[in-house]
Amino acid sequence: MNEALVELGELIAAERSDEVVSTNVAFGELTVIVRAESLDKFLEFLRNDPNCKFEILCDVCGVDYPTRAKRFDVVYNLLSLRHNQRIIVKAETDARTPVPSVVGLFPTANWFEREAWDMYGIMFSGHPDLRRMLTDYGFEGHPLRKDFPLTGYVELRYSEDEKRVVYEPVNLTQEFRKFDFESPWEGTEYVLPGDEKAEGQG
Amino acid sequence: MAEVQIKNYTLNFGPQHPAAHGVLRMVMELDGEVVERIDPHIGLLHRGTEKLIEHKTYMQAMPYFDRLDYVAAMSQEHAFVLAAEKLLGCEVPERGQYIRVLFSEISRILNHIMNVCAQAMDVGATTPMLWAFVERETLMEFYERASGARMHAAYFRVGGVHQDISEKLEDDIRTFIEHFPAVLDDVEALLTENRIFKQRNVDIGIVSEEEAMGWGFSGVMLRSTGLAWDLRKAQPYDVYAKMDFDIPVGLNGDCFDRYLMRMEEMRQSMRIMTQCLDQMKPGPVLSTDPKVAPPRRSEMKTSMEALINHFKHYTEGVKVPAGETYTAVEAPKGEFGVYLVSDGSNKPYRCKIRAPGFAHLQGMDFLTKGHMLADASAILGSLDIVFGEVDR
Repeated sequence: MNEALVELGELIAAERSDEVVSTNVAFGELTVIVRAESLDKFLEFLRNDPNCKFEILCDVCGVDYPTRAKRFDVVYNLLSLRHNQRIIVKAETDARTPVPSVVGLFPTANWFEREAWDMYGIMFSGHPDLRRMLTDYGFEGHPLRKDFPLTGYVELRYSEDEKRVVYEPVNLTQEFRKFDFESPWEGTEYVLPGDEKAEGQG
Repeated sequence: MAEVQIKNYTLNFGPQHPAAHGVLRMVMELDGEVVERIDPHIGLLHRGTEKLIEHKTYMQAMPYFDRLDYVAAMSQEHAFVLAAEKLLGCEVPERGQYIRVLFSEISRILNHIMNVCAQAMDVGATTPMLWAFVERETLMEFYERASGARMHAAYFRVGGVHQDISEKLEDDIRTFIEHFPAVLDDVEALLTENRIFKQRNVDIGIVSEEEAMGWGFSGVMLRSTGLAWDLRKAQPYDVYAKMDFDIPVGLNGDCFDRYLMRMEEMRQSMRIMTQCLDQMKPGPVLSTDPKVAPPRRSEMKTSMEALINHFKHYTEGVKVPAGETYTAVEAPKGEFGVYLVSDGSNKPYRCKIRAPGFAHLQGMDFLTKGHMLADASAILGSLDIVFGEVDR
Protein backbone atom coordinates (compact mmCIF):
# COMPACT_ATOMS: atom_id res chain seq x y z
CA MET A 1 0.00 0.00 0.00
CA ASN A 2 2.71 2.45 1.01
CA GLU A 3 4.87 1.84 -2.07
CA ALA A 4 1.92 2.55 -4.33
CA LEU A 5 1.33 5.82 -2.50
CA VAL A 6 4.98 6.87 -2.69
CA GLU A 7 4.91 6.10 -6.39
CA LEU A 8 1.73 8.08 -6.88
CA GLY A 9 3.22 10.99 -4.94
CA GLU A 10 6.33 11.00 -7.12
CA LEU A 11 4.22 10.80 -10.24
CA ILE A 12 2.08 13.74 -9.17
CA ALA A 13 5.12 15.77 -8.16
CA ALA A 14 6.80 15.10 -11.50
CA GLU A 15 3.69 15.86 -13.51
CA ARG A 16 2.82 19.11 -11.72
CA SER A 17 6.27 20.20 -10.55
CA ASP A 18 5.43 23.92 -10.68
CA GLU A 19 2.39 23.51 -8.40
CA VAL A 20 3.50 20.90 -5.88
CA VAL A 21 5.62 22.08 -2.96
CA SER A 22 6.18 18.70 -1.36
CA THR A 23 4.73 15.23 -1.01
CA ASN A 24 4.85 13.00 2.00
CA VAL A 25 3.57 9.55 2.95
CA ALA A 26 2.85 9.01 6.63
CA PHE A 27 0.50 6.63 8.45
CA GLY A 28 -0.33 5.06 5.11
CA GLU A 29 -1.69 8.31 3.73
CA LEU A 30 -0.40 10.54 0.98
CA THR A 31 -0.20 14.25 1.72
CA VAL A 32 0.59 16.76 -1.00
CA ILE A 33 1.30 20.39 -0.25
CA VAL A 34 0.58 22.70 -3.16
CA ARG A 35 0.73 26.40 -3.86
CA ALA A 36 -2.55 28.02 -2.88
CA GLU A 37 -2.98 30.00 -6.10
CA SER A 38 -2.99 26.90 -8.29
CA LEU A 39 -5.19 24.75 -6.06
CA ASP A 40 -8.12 24.61 -8.45
CA LYS A 41 -5.92 23.55 -11.37
CA PHE A 42 -4.23 20.94 -9.25
CA LEU A 43 -7.48 19.44 -8.03
CA GLU A 44 -8.76 19.42 -11.60
CA PHE A 45 -5.67 17.45 -12.59
CA LEU A 46 -6.26 15.03 -9.70
CA ARG A 47 -9.84 14.53 -10.77
CA ASN A 48 -9.19 14.00 -14.47
CA ASP A 49 -5.81 12.29 -14.67
CA PRO A 50 -6.30 8.56 -15.39
CA ASN A 51 -3.68 7.62 -12.78
CA CYS A 52 -5.38 9.66 -10.07
CA LYS A 53 -9.13 9.84 -10.71
CA PHE A 54 -9.81 11.45 -7.36
CA GLU A 55 -13.42 12.12 -8.19
CA ILE A 56 -14.96 12.47 -4.76
CA LEU A 57 -14.12 15.41 -2.56
CA CYS A 58 -14.77 14.08 0.92
CA ASP A 59 -13.91 17.06 2.98
CA VAL A 60 -12.55 20.59 3.01
CA CYS A 61 -11.38 22.08 6.25
CA GLY A 62 -9.08 24.65 7.73
CA VAL A 63 -6.39 24.30 10.35
CA ASP A 64 -5.05 27.28 12.24
CA TYR A 65 -1.37 27.77 13.12
CA PRO A 66 -1.30 31.29 14.57
CA THR A 67 2.48 31.43 14.85
CA ARG A 68 3.03 31.03 11.14
CA ALA A 69 3.15 33.93 8.67
CA LYS A 70 0.54 32.17 6.54
CA ARG A 71 -1.50 30.96 9.44
CA PHE A 72 -4.07 28.71 7.79
CA ASP A 73 -3.84 25.34 6.16
CA VAL A 74 -6.69 24.55 3.81
CA VAL A 75 -7.01 20.79 3.68
CA TYR A 76 -8.79 18.86 0.95
CA ASN A 77 -9.49 15.16 1.40
CA LEU A 78 -10.12 13.35 -1.84
CA LEU A 79 -11.12 9.81 -2.58
CA SER A 80 -10.66 7.80 -5.74
CA LEU A 81 -13.17 5.01 -6.17
CA ARG A 82 -11.38 3.76 -9.27
CA HIS A 83 -8.05 3.19 -7.52
CA ASN A 84 -9.36 2.87 -3.97
CA GLN A 85 -7.01 5.55 -2.71
CA ARG A 86 -7.16 8.67 -0.66
CA ILE A 87 -5.11 11.81 -0.86
CA ILE A 88 -4.78 14.84 1.39
CA VAL A 89 -4.06 18.10 -0.42
CA LYS A 90 -2.95 21.07 1.64
CA ALA A 91 -2.29 24.70 0.85
CA GLU A 92 -1.19 27.54 3.06
CA THR A 93 -2.91 30.89 3.18
CA ASP A 94 -3.55 33.81 5.50
CA ALA A 95 -6.66 35.71 6.48
CA ARG A 96 -6.26 38.15 3.57
CA THR A 97 -5.31 35.99 0.61
CA PRO A 98 -8.20 34.14 -0.95
CA VAL A 99 -7.87 30.54 -2.11
CA PRO A 100 -9.42 29.66 -5.48
CA SER A 101 -12.74 27.96 -4.90
CA VAL A 102 -13.31 24.49 -6.36
CA VAL A 103 -17.11 24.66 -6.42
CA GLY A 104 -16.97 24.53 -10.24
CA LEU A 105 -15.13 21.20 -10.06
CA PHE A 106 -16.84 19.62 -7.07
CA PRO A 107 -20.28 21.04 -6.26
CA THR A 108 -19.96 19.56 -2.78
CA ALA A 109 -17.20 22.06 -1.98
CA ASN A 110 -19.87 24.75 -1.71
CA TRP A 111 -20.91 24.08 1.87
CA PHE A 112 -17.50 22.87 3.00
CA GLU A 113 -15.91 26.12 1.85
CA ARG A 114 -18.66 28.12 3.48
CA GLU A 115 -17.92 26.26 6.68
CA ALA A 116 -14.18 26.96 6.42
CA TRP A 117 -15.01 30.62 5.88
CA ASP A 118 -17.33 30.60 8.85
CA MET A 119 -14.98 28.80 11.22
CA TYR A 120 -11.63 30.30 10.20
CA GLY A 121 -12.29 33.29 7.97
CA ILE A 122 -10.51 31.67 5.05
CA MET A 123 -11.63 33.40 1.88
CA PHE A 124 -12.43 31.55 -1.32
CA SER A 125 -12.34 33.47 -4.58
CA GLY A 126 -14.99 32.59 -7.11
CA HIS A 127 -17.33 31.00 -4.56
CA PRO A 128 -20.93 31.67 -5.61
CA ASP A 129 -22.36 32.31 -2.18
CA LEU A 130 -19.85 32.67 0.66
CA ARG A 131 -22.25 33.06 3.57
CA ARG A 132 -21.82 31.80 7.09
CA MET A 133 -22.75 28.18 7.52
CA LEU A 134 -23.03 26.95 11.09
CA THR A 135 -22.94 29.98 13.34
CA ASP A 136 -25.88 32.18 14.22
CA TYR A 137 -27.32 34.87 11.97
CA GLY A 138 -25.25 38.00 12.56
CA PHE A 139 -22.44 36.18 14.34
CA GLU A 140 -19.12 37.98 14.51
CA GLY A 141 -15.71 36.35 14.53
CA HIS A 142 -14.41 32.98 13.46
CA PRO A 143 -14.83 30.50 16.32
CA LEU A 144 -12.33 27.80 15.43
CA ARG A 145 -9.37 30.15 15.28
CA LYS A 146 -6.95 29.40 18.06
CA ASP A 147 -7.22 32.96 19.40
CA PHE A 148 -11.00 32.70 19.76
CA PRO A 149 -11.85 31.83 23.38
CA LEU A 150 -13.68 28.58 24.09
CA THR A 151 -16.40 30.45 25.95
CA GLY A 152 -16.96 32.87 23.08
CA TYR A 153 -17.68 36.57 23.52
CA VAL A 154 -21.47 36.74 23.72
CA GLU A 155 -24.20 34.65 25.26
CA LEU A 156 -27.89 34.87 24.61
CA ARG A 157 -30.97 34.59 26.76
CA TYR A 158 -34.65 35.34 26.50
CA SER A 159 -35.37 38.74 27.97
CA GLU A 160 -38.70 38.89 29.75
CA ASP A 161 -38.70 42.71 29.58
CA GLU A 162 -38.07 43.03 25.89
CA LYS A 163 -39.94 39.82 24.97
CA ARG A 164 -37.14 38.69 22.68
CA VAL A 165 -33.79 36.93 22.71
CA VAL A 166 -30.97 39.27 23.62
CA TYR A 167 -27.21 38.96 23.28
CA GLU A 168 -24.99 39.90 26.19
CA PRO A 169 -21.27 39.69 26.84
CA VAL A 170 -20.31 36.37 28.40
CA ASN A 171 -20.52 36.58 32.15
CA LEU A 172 -18.98 33.66 33.98
CA THR A 173 -19.64 33.22 37.69
CA GLN A 174 -16.25 31.61 37.93
CA GLU A 175 -13.16 32.33 35.87
CA PHE A 176 -12.78 29.84 33.02
CA ARG A 177 -10.19 27.32 34.11
CA LYS A 178 -7.90 25.64 31.67
CA PHE A 179 -5.92 22.88 33.28
CA ASP A 180 -2.55 21.94 31.92
CA PHE A 181 -1.98 18.38 33.02
CA GLU A 182 1.08 17.80 30.91
CA SER A 183 3.99 16.68 33.00
CA PRO A 184 6.62 19.42 32.99
CA TRP A 185 9.52 17.04 32.53
CA GLU A 186 8.34 15.68 29.21
CA GLY A 187 5.83 18.17 27.85
CA THR A 188 6.49 21.88 27.56
CA GLU A 189 10.08 22.97 27.63
CA TYR A 190 10.56 25.46 30.41
CA VAL A 191 13.69 27.43 29.55
CA LEU A 192 15.33 29.00 32.60
CA PRO A 193 16.41 32.61 32.13
CA GLY A 194 19.93 32.63 30.79
CA ASP A 195 19.80 29.04 29.54
CA GLU A 196 19.00 30.08 26.01
CA LYS A 197 22.55 31.45 25.69
CA ALA A 198 23.92 27.97 26.13
CA GLU A 199 21.85 26.73 23.17
CA GLY A 200 23.93 25.75 20.21
CA GLN A 201 27.23 25.93 22.07
CA GLY A 202 27.05 22.27 23.00
CA MET B 1 -58.26 36.96 -20.72
CA ALA B 2 -55.51 39.24 -19.55
CA GLU B 3 -52.16 37.70 -18.82
CA VAL B 4 -51.55 37.24 -15.14
CA GLN B 5 -48.07 37.44 -13.71
CA ILE B 6 -47.57 34.60 -11.22
CA LYS B 7 -44.96 35.26 -8.60
CA ASN B 8 -43.00 32.48 -6.91
CA TYR B 9 -43.94 31.86 -3.36
CA THR B 10 -41.29 31.66 -0.67
CA LEU B 11 -42.05 29.30 2.16
CA ASN B 12 -40.22 28.84 5.40
CA PHE B 13 -39.99 25.17 6.35
CA GLY B 14 -38.96 24.60 9.95
CA PRO B 15 -36.94 25.05 12.12
CA GLN B 16 -39.56 23.27 14.23
CA HIS B 17 -41.19 21.13 11.60
CA PRO B 18 -41.65 17.45 12.58
CA ALA B 19 -40.63 16.25 9.11
CA ALA B 20 -37.38 18.20 9.33
CA HIS B 21 -35.93 15.46 11.58
CA GLY B 22 -34.49 17.95 13.97
CA VAL B 23 -33.83 21.63 13.72
CA LEU B 24 -33.58 22.42 10.05
CA ARG B 25 -34.79 25.60 8.47
CA MET B 26 -35.33 25.49 4.75
CA VAL B 27 -36.24 28.49 2.70
CA MET B 28 -38.21 27.10 -0.21
CA GLU B 29 -39.09 28.88 -3.38
CA LEU B 30 -42.28 27.43 -4.75
CA ASP B 31 -43.98 27.81 -8.08
CA GLY B 32 -47.45 26.75 -7.10
CA GLU B 33 -46.74 23.44 -5.42
CA VAL B 34 -43.56 22.72 -7.36
CA VAL B 35 -40.28 23.35 -5.59
CA GLU B 36 -37.98 25.63 -7.56
CA ARG B 37 -35.16 26.11 -5.10
CA ILE B 38 -34.31 25.11 -1.57
CA ASP B 39 -31.86 26.87 0.66
CA PRO B 40 -31.30 24.86 3.84
CA HIS B 41 -30.15 26.93 6.79
CA ILE B 42 -28.29 24.69 9.18
CA GLY B 43 -26.35 25.30 12.34
CA LEU B 44 -29.26 25.59 14.75
CA LEU B 45 -27.81 22.69 16.72
CA HIS B 46 -24.19 23.83 16.41
CA ARG B 47 -22.44 23.13 19.70
CA GLY B 48 -18.84 23.72 18.69
CA THR B 49 -17.83 20.09 19.10
CA GLU B 50 -14.62 20.54 17.15
CA LYS B 51 -13.57 23.48 19.29
CA LEU B 52 -14.39 21.61 22.49
CA ILE B 53 -12.39 18.59 21.38
CA GLU B 54 -9.32 20.81 20.92
CA HIS B 55 -9.54 21.56 24.63
CA LYS B 56 -9.95 17.98 25.84
CA THR B 57 -7.66 15.00 26.11
CA TYR B 58 -8.26 12.12 23.74
CA MET B 59 -10.23 10.14 26.29
CA GLN B 60 -12.35 13.15 27.21
CA ALA B 61 -12.97 13.95 23.54
CA MET B 62 -14.38 10.53 22.76
CA PRO B 63 -17.87 10.98 24.30
CA TYR B 64 -18.53 13.96 22.03
CA PHE B 65 -18.79 11.51 19.18
CA ASP B 66 -21.85 9.87 20.69
CA ARG B 67 -23.57 13.19 20.54
CA LEU B 68 -22.98 13.70 16.83
CA ASP B 69 -25.19 11.12 15.23
CA TYR B 70 -27.04 10.12 18.36
CA VAL B 71 -29.09 7.57 16.44
CA ALA B 72 -26.06 5.35 15.88
CA ALA B 73 -23.64 6.49 18.53
CA MET B 74 -20.94 3.85 18.43
CA SER B 75 -20.17 4.17 14.73
CA GLN B 76 -18.89 7.68 15.33
CA GLU B 77 -16.76 6.59 18.26
CA HIS B 78 -15.28 3.98 15.99
CA ALA B 79 -13.96 6.58 13.55
CA PHE B 80 -12.32 8.60 16.29
CA VAL B 81 -10.62 5.72 18.08
CA LEU B 82 -9.35 4.34 14.77
CA ALA B 83 -7.85 7.72 13.92
CA ALA B 84 -6.15 8.03 17.29
CA GLU B 85 -4.92 4.44 17.09
CA LYS B 86 -3.43 5.10 13.69
CA LEU B 87 -1.40 8.00 15.07
CA LEU B 88 -0.40 6.02 18.15
CA GLY B 89 0.37 2.94 16.09
CA CYS B 90 -1.15 0.63 18.67
CA GLU B 91 -2.59 -2.82 18.32
CA VAL B 92 -6.10 -3.71 19.38
CA PRO B 93 -6.75 -7.15 20.90
CA GLU B 94 -8.82 -9.35 18.67
CA ARG B 95 -11.77 -9.65 21.00
CA GLY B 96 -11.86 -5.87 21.28
CA GLN B 97 -12.05 -5.60 17.51
CA TYR B 98 -14.87 -8.14 17.33
CA ILE B 99 -16.87 -6.34 19.98
CA ARG B 100 -16.40 -3.08 18.15
CA VAL B 101 -17.59 -4.54 14.88
CA LEU B 102 -20.49 -6.22 16.66
CA PHE B 103 -21.62 -2.95 18.17
CA SER B 104 -21.02 -0.98 14.99
CA GLU B 105 -23.46 -3.31 13.31
CA ILE B 106 -25.94 -2.98 16.16
CA SER B 107 -25.63 0.76 15.57
CA ARG B 108 -26.35 0.25 11.91
CA ILE B 109 -29.56 -1.59 12.71
CA LEU B 110 -30.49 1.08 15.26
CA ASN B 111 -29.99 3.72 12.62
CA HIS B 112 -31.80 1.98 9.81
CA ILE B 113 -34.81 1.15 11.99
CA MET B 114 -35.03 4.81 12.88
CA ASN B 115 -34.59 5.98 9.33
CA VAL B 116 -36.89 3.53 7.56
CA CYS B 117 -39.68 4.01 10.07
CA ALA B 118 -39.34 7.76 10.34
CA GLN B 119 -39.30 8.11 6.58
CA ALA B 120 -42.38 5.89 6.36
CA MET B 121 -43.99 8.12 8.97
CA ASP B 122 -43.14 11.17 6.85
CA VAL B 123 -45.09 9.71 3.97
CA GLY B 124 -47.99 8.59 6.11
CA ALA B 125 -47.31 5.12 7.56
CA THR B 126 -47.52 5.07 11.33
CA THR B 127 -47.41 1.38 12.15
CA PRO B 128 -43.79 0.50 11.21
CA MET B 129 -42.55 2.98 13.76
CA LEU B 130 -44.64 1.38 16.50
CA TRP B 131 -43.57 -2.15 15.64
CA ALA B 132 -39.90 -1.67 14.96
CA PHE B 133 -39.22 0.64 17.88
CA VAL B 134 -39.81 -2.26 20.24
CA GLU B 135 -36.76 -3.88 18.65
CA ARG B 136 -34.85 -0.65 18.74
CA GLU B 137 -35.39 -0.54 22.47
CA THR B 138 -33.99 -4.08 22.76
CA LEU B 139 -30.89 -2.98 20.90
CA MET B 140 -30.46 0.03 23.13
CA GLU B 141 -30.71 -2.36 26.03
CA PHE B 142 -27.69 -4.17 24.57
CA TYR B 143 -25.92 -0.83 24.47
CA GLU B 144 -26.83 -0.33 28.09
CA ARG B 145 -25.68 -3.76 29.17
CA ALA B 146 -22.31 -3.28 27.49
CA SER B 147 -21.62 0.33 28.36
CA GLY B 148 -24.10 1.44 30.99
CA ALA B 149 -25.92 3.94 28.79
CA ARG B 150 -28.76 3.52 26.35
CA MET B 151 -27.66 6.17 23.93
CA HIS B 152 -24.49 8.06 24.74
CA ALA B 153 -22.47 4.95 25.29
CA ALA B 154 -18.85 6.19 25.42
CA TYR B 155 -17.91 2.55 25.14
CA PHE B 156 -15.04 2.44 22.64
CA ARG B 157 -11.60 3.37 23.82
CA VAL B 158 -8.35 4.06 22.07
CA GLY B 159 -6.96 0.53 22.10
CA GLY B 160 -10.20 -1.45 22.31
CA VAL B 161 -13.41 -1.14 24.28
CA HIS B 162 -13.93 -0.21 27.89
CA GLN B 163 -15.37 -3.47 29.18
CA ASP B 164 -15.90 -7.01 28.12
CA ILE B 165 -19.43 -8.17 27.37
CA SER B 166 -20.98 -11.01 29.30
CA GLU B 167 -21.82 -14.42 27.92
CA LYS B 168 -25.47 -13.79 28.74
CA LEU B 169 -25.40 -10.69 26.55
CA GLU B 170 -23.90 -12.68 23.69
CA ASP B 171 -26.71 -15.20 24.02
CA ASP B 172 -29.33 -12.49 24.10
CA ILE B 173 -27.91 -10.89 20.96
CA ARG B 174 -28.18 -14.30 19.30
CA THR B 175 -31.80 -14.57 20.38
CA PHE B 176 -32.42 -11.13 18.95
CA ILE B 177 -30.86 -12.13 15.61
CA GLU B 178 -33.17 -15.14 15.54
CA HIS B 179 -36.41 -13.27 15.93
CA PHE B 180 -35.64 -9.88 14.37
CA PRO B 181 -35.99 -11.02 10.72
CA ALA B 182 -39.66 -11.77 11.42
CA VAL B 183 -40.15 -8.15 12.49
CA LEU B 184 -38.38 -6.96 9.35
CA ASP B 185 -40.70 -9.18 7.31
CA ASP B 186 -43.70 -7.60 9.01
CA VAL B 187 -42.44 -4.10 8.27
CA GLU B 188 -41.73 -5.06 4.68
CA ALA B 189 -45.20 -6.55 4.36
CA LEU B 190 -46.57 -3.18 5.40
CA LEU B 191 -44.40 -1.05 3.14
CA THR B 192 -42.78 -2.75 0.17
CA GLU B 193 -45.92 -3.45 -1.84
CA ASN B 194 -47.96 -0.72 -0.26
CA ARG B 195 -49.59 1.39 -2.97
CA ILE B 196 -49.38 4.67 -1.08
CA PHE B 197 -45.81 4.09 0.06
CA LYS B 198 -44.73 3.32 -3.50
CA GLN B 199 -46.55 6.31 -4.93
CA ARG B 200 -44.72 8.54 -2.51
CA ASN B 201 -41.26 7.02 -3.00
CA VAL B 202 -40.78 5.41 -6.40
CA ASP B 203 -38.99 7.76 -8.83
CA ILE B 204 -38.72 10.45 -6.18
CA GLY B 205 -35.38 12.11 -5.54
CA ILE B 206 -33.39 10.28 -8.20
CA VAL B 207 -29.60 10.57 -7.95
CA SER B 208 -27.35 9.73 -10.85
CA GLU B 209 -23.84 8.39 -10.45
CA GLU B 210 -22.15 11.63 -11.56
CA GLU B 211 -24.31 13.70 -9.26
CA ALA B 212 -23.63 11.43 -6.31
CA MET B 213 -19.89 11.65 -6.85
CA GLY B 214 -19.84 15.38 -7.52
CA TRP B 215 -21.86 16.10 -4.42
CA GLY B 216 -19.69 13.90 -2.25
CA PHE B 217 -22.42 11.41 -1.40
CA SER B 218 -21.50 8.23 0.41
CA GLY B 219 -23.10 5.22 2.02
CA VAL B 220 -26.59 4.30 0.94
CA MET B 221 -26.95 7.48 -1.10
CA LEU B 222 -23.96 6.56 -3.26
CA ARG B 223 -24.82 2.87 -3.48
CA SER B 224 -28.38 3.63 -4.56
CA THR B 225 -26.92 4.72 -7.91
CA GLY B 226 -25.51 1.23 -8.46
CA LEU B 227 -21.95 1.77 -7.26
CA ALA B 228 -20.94 -1.04 -4.92
CA TRP B 229 -18.73 1.12 -2.74
CA ASP B 230 -18.57 0.21 0.91
CA LEU B 231 -15.62 1.13 3.11
CA ARG B 232 -16.11 -2.06 5.09
CA LYS B 233 -15.16 -3.96 1.92
CA ALA B 234 -12.94 -1.47 0.10
CA GLN B 235 -10.81 -0.28 3.01
CA PRO B 236 -11.60 -2.76 5.77
CA TYR B 237 -10.86 -1.78 9.34
CA ASP B 238 -10.82 -3.92 12.47
CA VAL B 239 -12.08 -7.42 11.61
CA TYR B 240 -14.34 -6.48 8.71
CA ALA B 241 -11.85 -8.16 6.37
CA LYS B 242 -12.81 -11.51 7.91
CA MET B 243 -16.53 -10.95 7.56
CA ASP B 244 -18.61 -12.38 4.77
CA PHE B 245 -21.45 -10.12 3.75
CA ASP B 246 -23.08 -8.60 0.68
CA ILE B 247 -23.49 -5.00 -0.28
CA PRO B 248 -26.95 -4.17 -1.59
CA VAL B 249 -26.94 -1.63 -4.42
CA GLY B 250 -29.78 0.30 -5.99
CA LEU B 251 -30.91 0.34 -9.58
CA ASN B 252 -32.74 3.64 -9.94
CA GLY B 253 -31.27 5.79 -7.19
CA ASP B 254 -34.68 6.86 -5.91
CA CYS B 255 -36.15 6.99 -2.41
CA PHE B 256 -37.74 3.56 -2.79
CA ASP B 257 -34.39 1.96 -3.66
CA ARG B 258 -32.85 3.51 -0.62
CA TYR B 259 -35.60 2.10 1.54
CA LEU B 260 -35.08 -1.39 0.09
CA MET B 261 -31.32 -1.14 0.56
CA ARG B 262 -31.65 -0.14 4.19
CA MET B 263 -33.90 -3.11 4.83
CA GLU B 264 -31.37 -5.43 3.21
CA GLU B 265 -28.45 -3.82 5.03
CA MET B 266 -30.12 -4.67 8.33
CA ARG B 267 -30.22 -8.33 7.29
CA GLN B 268 -26.57 -8.16 6.25
CA SER B 269 -25.70 -6.56 9.57
CA MET B 270 -27.24 -9.52 11.33
CA ARG B 271 -25.04 -11.81 9.25
CA ILE B 272 -21.98 -9.89 10.40
CA MET B 273 -23.15 -9.98 14.00
CA THR B 274 -23.61 -13.75 13.87
CA GLN B 275 -20.12 -14.18 12.45
CA CYS B 276 -18.69 -11.93 15.17
CA LEU B 277 -20.38 -13.96 17.88
CA ASP B 278 -19.21 -17.23 16.34
CA GLN B 279 -15.61 -16.17 15.86
CA MET B 280 -15.11 -14.29 19.12
CA LYS B 281 -12.78 -15.94 21.59
CA PRO B 282 -12.24 -14.98 25.21
CA GLY B 283 -9.35 -12.63 25.76
CA PRO B 284 -8.48 -9.06 26.57
CA VAL B 285 -10.70 -6.36 25.09
CA LEU B 286 -8.46 -3.38 25.73
CA SER B 287 -4.84 -2.88 24.80
CA THR B 288 -2.52 -3.90 27.62
CA ASP B 289 0.07 -1.33 26.60
CA PRO B 290 0.26 1.06 29.57
CA LYS B 291 1.11 3.91 27.19
CA VAL B 292 -2.20 3.51 25.40
CA ALA B 293 -4.87 2.35 27.82
CA PRO B 294 -5.37 2.67 31.56
CA PRO B 295 -4.96 -0.47 33.67
CA ARG B 296 -7.95 -2.50 34.83
CA ARG B 297 -9.52 -1.32 38.02
CA SER B 298 -8.75 -4.54 39.87
CA GLU B 299 -5.06 -4.13 39.07
CA MET B 300 -5.17 -0.56 40.20
CA LYS B 301 -6.32 -1.67 43.65
CA THR B 302 -3.29 -3.88 44.21
CA SER B 303 -0.40 -2.44 42.23
CA MET B 304 1.29 0.88 42.94
CA GLU B 305 2.53 1.28 39.34
CA ALA B 306 -0.95 0.60 38.02
CA LEU B 307 -2.33 3.26 40.34
CA ILE B 308 0.15 5.86 39.12
CA ASN B 309 -0.51 4.83 35.56
CA HIS B 310 -4.25 5.09 36.07
CA PHE B 311 -3.86 8.55 37.57
CA LYS B 312 -1.75 9.73 34.65
CA HIS B 313 -4.29 8.41 32.17
CA TYR B 314 -7.19 10.21 33.78
CA THR B 315 -5.39 13.52 34.31
CA GLU B 316 -2.72 14.00 31.71
CA GLY B 317 -4.08 11.52 29.21
CA VAL B 318 -2.20 9.90 26.38
CA LYS B 319 0.40 11.80 24.41
CA VAL B 320 -0.22 11.14 20.76
CA PRO B 321 2.76 11.48 18.40
CA ALA B 322 2.65 14.44 16.06
CA GLY B 323 1.07 13.75 12.72
CA GLU B 324 -2.18 13.87 10.87
CA THR B 325 -4.59 11.37 9.48
CA TYR B 326 -7.91 11.20 7.74
CA THR B 327 -9.65 8.07 8.90
CA ALA B 328 -13.11 7.12 7.72
CA VAL B 329 -15.55 4.42 8.64
CA GLU B 330 -18.68 3.24 6.94
CA ALA B 331 -21.19 4.69 9.37
CA PRO B 332 -24.84 3.77 8.75
CA LYS B 333 -25.38 7.12 7.06
CA GLY B 334 -22.28 7.04 4.90
CA GLU B 335 -18.62 7.85 5.14
CA PHE B 336 -17.95 9.31 8.54
CA GLY B 337 -14.43 10.70 8.59
CA VAL B 338 -12.21 12.20 11.23
CA TYR B 339 -9.32 14.40 10.16
CA LEU B 340 -7.13 14.38 13.22
CA VAL B 341 -4.07 16.58 13.62
CA SER B 342 -1.86 15.98 16.61
CA ASP B 343 0.98 18.22 17.70
CA GLY B 344 2.45 15.62 20.03
CA SER B 345 0.59 16.83 23.12
CA ASN B 346 -2.19 15.16 25.06
CA LYS B 347 -4.93 17.04 23.22
CA PRO B 348 -5.88 16.94 19.55
CA TYR B 349 -4.63 20.03 17.76
CA ARG B 350 -7.45 19.84 15.27
CA CYS B 351 -10.23 17.35 14.85
CA LYS B 352 -12.36 17.90 11.80
CA ILE B 353 -15.46 15.77 11.68
CA ARG B 354 -16.66 14.88 8.24
CA ALA B 355 -20.31 14.04 8.62
CA PRO B 356 -22.04 12.22 5.77
CA GLY B 357 -25.29 14.08 6.44
CA PHE B 358 -23.62 17.40 5.75
CA ALA B 359 -22.85 16.45 2.16
CA HIS B 360 -26.23 14.78 1.71
CA LEU B 361 -28.24 17.71 2.95
CA GLN B 362 -26.38 19.91 0.52
CA GLY B 363 -27.87 17.86 -2.29
CA MET B 364 -31.38 18.74 -1.11
CA ASP B 365 -31.55 21.60 -3.59
CA PHE B 366 -30.90 19.59 -6.74
CA LEU B 367 -32.82 16.54 -5.48
CA THR B 368 -36.05 18.43 -4.89
CA LYS B 369 -35.92 20.72 -7.90
CA GLY B 370 -39.08 20.15 -9.90
CA HIS B 371 -40.69 17.90 -7.30
CA MET B 372 -43.85 18.68 -5.39
CA LEU B 373 -43.72 20.25 -1.98
CA ALA B 374 -44.94 17.03 -0.36
CA ASP B 375 -42.02 15.12 -1.90
CA ALA B 376 -39.54 17.35 -0.13
CA SER B 377 -40.23 15.63 3.16
CA ALA B 378 -40.01 12.17 1.56
CA ILE B 379 -36.62 13.07 0.07
CA LEU B 380 -35.41 14.63 3.27
CA GLY B 381 -36.39 11.48 5.12
CA SER B 382 -34.53 9.21 2.72
CA LEU B 383 -31.37 11.34 2.94
CA ASP B 384 -31.09 10.14 6.52
CA ILE B 385 -30.30 13.39 8.23
CA VAL B 386 -29.54 13.72 11.90
CA PHE B 387 -28.73 17.20 13.02
CA GLY B 388 -26.30 16.21 15.68
CA GLU B 389 -23.76 15.34 13.01
CA VAL B 390 -24.70 17.92 10.40
CA ASP B 391 -24.33 20.86 12.76
CA ARG B 392 -21.68 19.34 15.01
